[in-house]
Amino acid sequence: MLVPLSHYLVVAGLLLVIGIFGIFMNRKNIIVIMMSIELILLAANLNFVAFSGALHDMVGQVFTMFVLTVAAAESAIGLAILVIYFRNRGSIEVEDVTMMKG
Amino acid sequence: MIANLAFYLFSFILLASAVMVVTSRNPVHAVLFLILAFVNASILFLLAGAEFLAFILAIVYVGAVAVLFLFVVMMLDVDFAAWREGFQRYAPIGALVALVLFAELAIVMAGWTVAPAASYARMFPTPANETNTVALGSLIYTSYLPLFQLSGMILLVAMIGAIVLTHRDRKRAKTQNLAQQHARKPEDTLVMVPAKLNEGAVLPEKEAL
Repeated sequence: MLVPLSHYLVVAGLLLVIGIFGIFMNRKNIIVIMMSIELILLAANLNFVAFSGALHDMVGQVFTMFVLTVAAAESAIGLAILVIYFRNRGSIEVEDVTMMKG
Repeated sequence: MIANLAFYLFSFILLASAVMVVTSRNPVHAVLFLILAFVNASILFLLAGAEFLAFILAIVYVGAVAVLFLFVVMMLDVDFAAWREGFQRYAPIGALVALVLFAELAIVMAGWTVAPAASYARMFPTPANETNTVALGSLIYTSYLPLFQLSGMILLVAMIGAIVLTHRDRKRAKTQNLAQQHARKPEDTLVMVPAKLNEGAVLPEKEAL
């Protein structure tokens, strides 16, 4: 690989930390929370690809594809739930989501 | 050398746009910065030698998922200003958690090296004389076929779930009832009335219809 593995790991770690920071910062804004989850999954993918390149093993890239699939499914379902929640309540405030309590 | 410079440039843009995603005031701007972050991450994938995944990320992920985000953000008519409440309140604890987590990751990474025997544990070494797409395809259609099919099923479930969740019956919409239409017979709606000369046709009562 052209770039050393440790550089990739630092970038992926920073991306993960930014994603977690975003979840803390935007407690009311569920759309930005979902975008932060996307960033966290992107950091995981970056790690998979970096290790795959550094260790010359293709399995990391295969699993990156599965992670992308699951992330796409997750965001599609999450946005669908968001849309019907907005349709029923007229707002998407996270803090008063108590409808789904058992 | 040039690869290192490109790596630093694009990873800087990636991290800066990630920061903008979590701190921008307007969610539409946040989605646009998310798209920028994905594009830069795909360039980092390219630098790591994963060409197929780089273009999958740029085309499928940016083209479908990020645009879906943009779609939903623009469709929901919500008060953006009210979302910023609590931003100041949660910033210190969020920064503290982020700092602690990054310090832990740094400690783990600082004392870690690849074991020399790790190269013997490779499951499918990257072939030297094949392109990345060929190598990946020959892996997911053979050894990882069950998992690949399963990920397709996950997408199918997500698709059906999203349609079922967001579909709504419109009560006022005029739709065809096919069973009712097919059950109609001419005798139910049609009567033959013989008309006499100079008297005209006498229509039967409504109930007869």
